Amino acid sequence: MIEMKDVNKTYPNGVTALQGIDLSIAQGEFVYIVGPSGAGKSTLVGMMFREEKHTSGSITINGIDLNKLKERKVPQLRRNIGVVYQDFKLLPRLTVYENIAFALEVLEESPKNIKKRVMEVLDLVKLKNKARHIPDQLSGGEQQRVSIARAIVNHPKMMIADEPTGNLDPDTSWDIMQIFEEINAKGTTVIMATHSKEIVNTIRKRVIAVESGRIVRDESRGEYGYEI
Amino acid sequence: MKVAVLSVMKAGVNTVMKFRTLGRHAREGGKNIYRNGWMTVASVGAVTTTLILVGVFIALMLNLNQIATNVEKDVEIKVLVELTAEEGQIEDLESKLKDIPEVESVNFSSKEDELNRLIESMGEEGQAWELFEQDNPLNDAFVVKTTDPNDTFDVAENIKNFDYVNEVNYGQQVVEKLLSFTKYARYIGAALIIGLVFTAIFLISNTIKLTIMARSKEIGIMKLVGATNSFIRWPFFIEGMLLGVLGSLIPIGATVGGYYYLYNNLRDKIQFTFVELLPFNPFAWQLALILLSIGAFIGVWGSVMSVRKFLKV
Repeated sequence: MIEMKDVNKTYPNGVTALQGIDLSIAQGEFVYIVGPSGAGKSTLVGMMFREEKHTSGSITINGIDLNKLKERKVPQLRRNIGVVYQDFKLLPRLTVYENIAFALEVLEESPKNIKKRVMEVLDLVKLKNKARHIPDQLSGGEQQRVSIARAIVNHPKMMIADEPTGNLDPDTSWDIMQIFEEINAKGTTVIMATHSKEIVNTIRKRVIAVESGRIVRDESRGEYGYEI
Repeated sequence: MKVAVLSVMKAGVNTVMKFRTLGRHAREGGKNIYRNGWMTVASVGAVTTTLILVGVFIALMLNLNQIATNVEKDVEIKVLVELTAEEGQIEDLESKLKDIPEVESVNFSSKEDELNRLIESMGEEGQAWELFEQDNPLNDAFVVKTTDPNDTFDVAENIKNFDYVNEVNYGQQVVEKLLSFTKYARYIGAALIIGLVFTAIFLISNTIKLTIMARSKEIGIMKLVGATNSFIRWPFFIEGMLLGVLGSLIPIGATVGGYYYLYNNLRDKIQFTFVELLPFNPFAWQLALILLSIGAFIGVWGSVMSVRKFLKV
């Protein structure tokens, strides 16, 4: 599903963000990426959907070789990956419904299917009653649930979350984690970069620790392992 | 495995846009018009202001051109035949005149015709000339027109050397000045119109750039969700076109209405001069179509050019 071999990333200003990354994640796994700030977690997950371009090495995502991926075909890669961000990245002038529907509109789905599917995911994230609100009228937790709904609405094979609970209070964070577990239980790969010790130590999953641009630990059912 | 294959196909990037997607883009573009609020007003305002100028200018220039063309058409060379010339010699002269390549038409006007015209043109006073009907002092004449009015001078000088020609009249200096005036008026008019259109494009694309700059973050988000460039570009294309069309409405109303008023008021006053305005119908409607097209063109051009920059995410 995800294969990285000897992947390096150097920014144009000469800063090396990642080096010698070897990584393999199978379909249906739930993986935490942990590590101190600036260790390269965001860069690592960003390379998986071409938000960041790796400098050398090989990356294969859902059978697509990123070294051979043309710029024009990048949307094709992204359509199979749902992404959830710390800052939600919702379109501010669209309603909750329209934000989620957008991910299906780019696939040119029929309006009937779009409506049916958006209603399904709104039900899943328990936001049916807020469908006509715009993001500014929602709390942080609600906005994150909208972005999760948008990420999964087109049945992606994997979901990437970059510090999804970073801006949320603990109670809300647990709600969000519950939704992630439900999604993962249905067979979707979930990759989550996080700083939350409580979450990693409570909901035990595979843990990949990144420090100074290298993978230093990779354990199934691992611990957070850092003092905050 | 089967499911995976299916979902890959489903998520494939379509190269051919479905018709309903075009409908979606049109709706999105339309919605953006009111979502942008004051920015829309600013863009439409910029289009409106410049198109009013362009419209007035085009109306002015095309009418000047029309007047110039009419004046040029009236430029003619009058060849007065020697009084002593005999009928056969006059016919020789006529065929020689007709053989000049630049000449379009040659009309004979006998001295009786000339006298009648003189009497008519002088009105009451002309009656005094009727005394001459028995003993006509005027010459027979040929009225010569050239295909290109600019050849008038050369042709007239040439005719002067022909046999049996008494005198050649073509309003020498007046014609030359008039011709050079109309020539330059056309060049300057065309340059000014082109200049105005480009100023308008610049103004509008800048205003639209502002509205798009405010939305550059949104464009980035759309791309991360899997939108292709053309999927993002289409609503902007339609929005630009709508902005341009909206911006052309007031200029169209103003120029068509203004021209209707001027045409009806001026027509009677200038009826007997050589000045003749382009008729309201169809000119005003052609002008409206031109303004609408310019508006739509600069709207689309401005927005498509501006959005291009933000698509590289």
